[in-house]
Amino acid sequence: MRYAILLMGAPYSDQASHSALRFARALVARGHRLEAVFFYHDGVYNAARLAAPPQDEPHLVDAWAALANEHRVALQVCIAAALRRGLLDEREAVRHGKDGVSVEAPFELTGLGQLVDIGTRCDRLVTFGP
Amino acid sequence: MQEHHDDSDLLVILRHAPHGSSWLREGLDAALVAAAFGRRVSLLFMGEGVTALLRGQQLGPLGQKGTAATLEMLEMYDIETLLVEEQGLSRLGLSSDELMLEVECLSPSALARVLSGHRLVLTF
Repeated sequence: MRYAILLMGAPYSDQASHSALRFARALVARGHRLEAVFFYHDGVYNAARLAAPPQDEPHLVDAWAALANEHRVALQVCIAAALRRGLLDEREAVRHGKDGVSVEAPFELTGLGQLVDIGTRCDRLVTFGP
Repeated sequence: MQEHHDDSDLLVILRHAPHGSSWLREGLDAALVAAAFGRRVSLLFMGEGVTALLRGQQLGPLGQKGTAATLEMLEMYDIETLLVEEQGLSRLGLSSDELMLEVECLSPSALARVLSGHRLVLTF
């Protein structure tokens, strides 16, 4: 089946991100196709390029990137939710006159329309939140 | 109430009060975008989410934009199915007369029918 995930919990604050990641791994292990993970609400912090958790804890940002690269999963971050929370890719950093970049590929800033699109296109959209 | 839905119909469930978190606003944003993309969207207010519909909700003192203005725009976006959990209202001692928009109150069994009638449900 074709799956998509909506993640709305902040990494390390809630279980949501850990659960979503395990669910994502389980899906592809079972031979399903995971088309996209959409990050919304506090879930956008999963895209924070500068996250530096202690070395003996799972690195969630890197884990999402690895999943995306291994299985061609789109990592879509709601741009409105991200900008409010200080998460900017290079284009947005320039546009807003900021001298730092906090989001990089394979994460991409995109609109809520993408969430509607994957929800319609995939067989299942599974939500993880706090 | 419409019992038959297309696969692209969307049910957005709102469970949070207007102030104290951004859940309600971000949920409404998702509903408006979906409607703008041509989806038929129904809103279901549950639990404390019913307070979003109370008359006279002001802007928050913390500089939040407030959601009453967004709710007033729903009709413009063709979001006309507004559903409210009956138990959510009564638990807070409220009645549908106190709400700013016309809604349909759902009993627990009607609620179950609405949920199972939608393929795509987003919960905020």
